[in-house]
Amino acid sequence: MNEAAGHSKFSVNERGFYGNYGGAYIPEMLYPNVKELEDNYLRIIGSESFQKEFRSLLKDYVGRPSPLYYAKRLSEKYETKIYLKREDLNHTGAHKINNTVGQILLAKELGKTRIIAETGAGQHGVATATVCALMGLECVVYMGAIDVVRQEPNVKRMLMLGATVIPAESGSKTLKDATNEAIRDWINNPVDTHYIIGSVVGPHPYPDLVARLQSVISEEILWQMMEKEGRDYPDAIIACVGGGSNAAGAFYHYLDNPKVELIAIEAAGLGVDTGETAATTKIGKPGVIHSSKTLLMQTEDGQIVEPYSISAGLDYPGIGPIHAHLFESGRGVFEAVTDEEAMQAGFEFCRLEGIIPAIETAHALAYLKKRKFGADQVVVINLSGRGDKDLATYIKWFEKQ
Amino acid sequence: MNRLDTLFNSKKKNLLSIFTTAGYPQLSDTLLVVKALQDSGVDFIEVGIPFSDPLADGPIIQESSTVALENGMTLKLLLSQIVEIRKEVALPILLMGYINPVLQYGIENLAKKCSEVGVDGIIIPDLPMREFLEDYQSIFAKYDIKNIFLVTPQTSEERIRFIDEHSSSFIYLVSSSSTTGKKVGIEGAEAYLSRIQKMNLKSPTMVGFNISNKESFESATRFADGAIIGSAFVKAIAGQADVALAAKNFVRAIRA
Repeated sequence: MNEAAGHSKFSVNERGFYGNYGGAYIPEMLYPNVKELEDNYLRIIGSESFQKEFRSLLKDYVGRPSPLYYAKRLSEKYETKIYLKREDLNHTGAHKINNTVGQILLAKELGKTRIIAETGAGQHGVATATVCALMGLECVVYMGAIDVVRQEPNVKRMLMLGATVIPAESGSKTLKDATNEAIRDWINNPVDTHYIIGSVVGPHPYPDLVARLQSVISEEILWQMMEKEGRDYPDAIIACVGGGSNAAGAFYHYLDNPKVELIAIEAAGLGVDTGETAATTKIGKPGVIHSSKTLLMQTEDGQIVEPYSISAGLDYPGIGPIHAHLFESGRGVFEAVTDEEAMQAGFEFCRLEGIIPAIETAHALAYLKKRKFGADQVVVINLSGRGDKDLATYIKWFEKQ
Repeated sequence: MNRLDTLFNSKKKNLLSIFTTAGYPQLSDTLLVVKALQDSGVDFIEVGIPFSDPLADGPIIQESSTVALENGMTLKLLLSQIVEIRKEVALPILLMGYINPVLQYGIENLAKKCSEVGVDGIIIPDLPMREFLEDYQSIFAKYDIKNIFLVTPQTSEERIRFIDEHSSSFIYLVSSSSTTGKKVGIEGAEAYLSRIQKMNLKSPTMVGFNISNKESFESATRFADGAIIGSAFVKAIAGQADVALAAKNFVRAIRA
């Protein structure tokens, strides 16, 4: 936890807001749970005993630091210097575990005995089931009924790890609805249960809590850049954004460094103007989703619009309030990439670097085709997850081509 | 004078409030249902603004919201229906709905419109007291629209006092920490309700969530000025061709 970053103009204020976005629009039934968390999270995660155990688990269980790898062939192809931050090499295959390791320690400290989570692609569900197994806590994961089908390998992994997976059958049956069901579960189980939210979304203090736990990514980039390039920053960092936790983690220590361009890639789905999209900053307006004021896709009447993306992890109609603020303030560059562009980029990346990326991550990679960086510029792409879970989707896609 | 004030000043025992989802089961049923509720002797009515993502609601009210939205219900349409309802209904009417549709309509626009069409109060479960006080209290007060806040078995005494102090009408006592219609009856809530009764709050109190029949209504009203029925009522009018008759039969069974 970098002290200076705690006072950034891009960090949360005492009311839980990033500029105009954030807050805790919770029903009274959740007030004691959220208040307990708000009153205790900074003290707990800042404590020496927490940090000792957290750092130790990140190192020996998760396998951190994750490498910062110079992608030679990709760099040659795009005529710039590209480094990959290898979050795909973490235990369970994505950045999600950084957050769940931290939150399970927090839950234990708060005396909770039951853990709930929502999941989209299943990566957060697997990461939660994993730490629950590690700590011997009961685990219930809500997953949209559609996602249960398209991310089947991750469902099997969660079951194997001892979690209960409950398909969310309401609404669009994807990540948004899984989150609704998890929040309802928490309302109904207010005393013994901790809700491990998987992204920088939800009521304050969750966006800040998750960003802090994921900030280990940019903390490592600082010294890894220094080792490789003799300076502690790149010219640009590219990350995909659904709710935005991998992006928040990769941007965190650079929020106040104007030399670093922060590039967030959303899922355009079939195209931002097609009605089949998850590109929140392109078509969203301010409102409240999952207890946080942020940008979200909605009708004129304020009903939340069902998003679409081929990537289950980006298939979300909002973005974390920190990203709404980065967008509105101009600090972040927000672009959208279609299913087609992401799938092509993912395929190309496999052949150039021998790494099968998650389809979420492939959206970040696709940006290289849309933007020419200089030959001497240094670009870090946050390789947020591996693509094993997406094999069926990749194969089906390329059979159709 | 605000109709809720008039009601609570004149009658303070066994009040019955019914929640119904606007535009459910059919788009034009709002008027029929509200009228039937008045005819059956209900004391005031809560009309739900349907929302795509009703976080605090169980399956029955979720389903009614989905149907109402498919029927074409919007906040704008509901307010125009209330103009018609007000030609025949004198009871206090509250709106109950989530904050996002309210924000899109505009807080000041809504408060003004509510006062014009004859809405007496609004319950926004996901607008907490702190945000309300800082951003919205003065707007609703300007138009004499009452804001209703919830208290649960987990709410601390200090916070109950704080909510009581800032409430302009009744306090909504949630019978158990749950989503709406989660269980049947309010067994186990007696100690909590009795604790609140002994606090001698300045605000009137209404018990809601899991009140479904005569028995649970009567046990709730021993501790409060009245009780609110939502899910059980919505379930009773689901799929009914004659919603007015179904509504009357439901209330008759409670009041019998």
